[in-house]
Amino acid sequence: MNRPLNHWLGLAARRAWLYLLVLAIMVFLLTPTLIVLPMSLSDARYLSFPPKSLSLQPFFSYFASIEWQSATRISLITATLTMILATTLGTAAAYALHNSQQRYLGLLRGLMMAPMIVPSIFIAIGLFFVYARLDLNNSIPGLVLAHTLLALPYVIINVGAGLKTYDMTQEHAACILGASRLRAFFDVTLPQIRFSVVSAAMLAFAVSLDEAVISLFISGGDSATLTKRMFSSLRSEIDPLIAVVATLMTLLSIIMLAVSLTAQRRAQRRSES
Amino acid sequence: MTALNLQGALHGQALQRAGKRHGWFLLSPMLPALLLVLVTFVLPIGWLFGLSLFDADGNLSAGNYTRLLQPIYVLAFTQTFKIALIVTVVCVLLGYPYAYFMVHAPRRLAGLAMALLLISLWTSLLVRTYAWLVLLQRRGLVNDVLTSLGIVDTPLALVHNLTGTVIGMTHIMLPYMVLPLYAAMKSINPLYLQAASTFGASPTRAFRDVFLPLSLPGLAAGATLVFVLSLGFYVTPALLGGGKVQMLSMRIESDVSMYANWGAASSLGVVLLVATLVILFIVKKIAGLGRRSE
Repeated sequence: MNRPLNHWLGLAARRAWLYLLVLAIMVFLLTPTLIVLPMSLSDARYLSFPPKSLSLQPFFSYFASIEWQSATRISLITATLTMILATTLGTAAAYALHNSQQRYLGLLRGLMMAPMIVPSIFIAIGLFFVYARLDLNNSIPGLVLAHTLLALPYVIINVGAGLKTYDMTQEHAACILGASRLRAFFDVTLPQIRFSVVSAAMLAFAVSLDEAVISLFISGGDSATLTKRMFSSLRSEIDPLIAVVATLMTLLSIIMLAVSLTAQRRAQRRSES
Repeated sequence: MTALNLQGALHGQALQRAGKRHGWFLLSPMLPALLLVLVTFVLPIGWLFGLSLFDADGNLSAGNYTRLLQPIYVLAFTQTFKIALIVTVVCVLLGYPYAYFMVHAPRRLAGLAMALLLISLWTSLLVRTYAWLVLLQRRGLVNDVLTSLGIVDTPLALVHNLTGTVIGMTHIMLPYMVLPLYAAMKSINPLYLQAASTFGASPTRAFRDVFLPLSLPGLAAGATLVFVLSLGFYVTPALLGGGKVQMLSMRIESDVSMYANWGAASSLGVVLLVATLVILFIVKKIAGLGRRSE
């Protein structure tokens, strides 16, 4: 290793630059998530940071506000139902995609993944049109179906990844021993891919809770979601309670992320052992 | 002998048929999801597509599409593609070093970098847009820091314009850039770089001639994803653009909710969708060609 000194100096300088740049990007990434909490603890009428004085008043106002409470309830119910429906349908679809060798499988898979890249505004106005005929606008079932459509790709990708590390011959063995295919799936396969399923469920919940564009069109009045209320409020006069909602949503996202990461780590450990 | 062969062939055919039936049976768990996609996705989009082909009186016409040549729509198109391009370039410039860091940094630091990326990704888009609205305002934190450090004398106009839109969108799209890049970089065998250095290549040369080309597929995947997703943005430009930014999604929204002009909104959506698909198709073709020549 008889390299000239300036070679190593050059390397160190480059490394210093890289570390500085990455540090700046880290600050950029985290700041919006971090400032939400202090913002919600300020009682200022206007958006300000850092807040002049801290108080819990905004939180009390939030819990006393009928409108925000109703929106919160709608969003949580929708997200829970979406999580259940999307996880069920998505797991079944991922299982089918994994096992079948039909010729047009790629096309079907592409169709299921498409909602991820098609602009949601386009899906939103189309759904509004179709829902008008099905009487599903401004209803929780309408929201759940639409959010499930958006969550499906995430569930299929996650559960599909779980199935890849699972040895399907175990299920076949159960079938040969006399279990029905359904029983074999629930008793043998599902327990082994459960961590991927949990992680997918968290994602589905998050997708629904965060969805704004479709909700803007197909929900309203008593069925307005949190995101719809937040968006409308941010567009006109800014309700200071938004900071509280943002804080609560962020806390919920971080909890879901933690659950999802724990599940993923367990799934990895399982596939390695 | 022939009889045996014939029997064997028949048997084979029967097996094949049974296998095919079994194949369709295996596909059946997908049916509920497929039904949902048909009702909430294929039907609405097909409907809009049909709608875009008729004028207000219900006659078949191309009017909705020729109208898109009007300056107001052309402006929305150029602005949308311009913003998507800027966001993609910024994401590449920030995302490449970040992913590089994640692959090469000590384990703990790399873990921290990944954690920050995931926290950001999981934080609600609307929450993050709101946070940027606060951070970037005239008397917000960013301007405070910039003025107190003496970098600028007067607060910059960072929000309610193109700058704010690009900052907010870059923040949302960065994980979509970094994650595919990270996957591609992670799969590069470090022995290749060692080999290059053993044969006398400088670190710069090893990076340029070995690492960079091997990371290009990830870069292409990330950049395509960011560009295509940026084309359809609605919430962030609507809130951070302050009315000065007109992206296609916003045009579609105002056509429907302000003018109730479903035909115009539909044709705009169809063009946006087709543009997205064409870009994906081209990238897939180019990437596919690259793979074959290796």
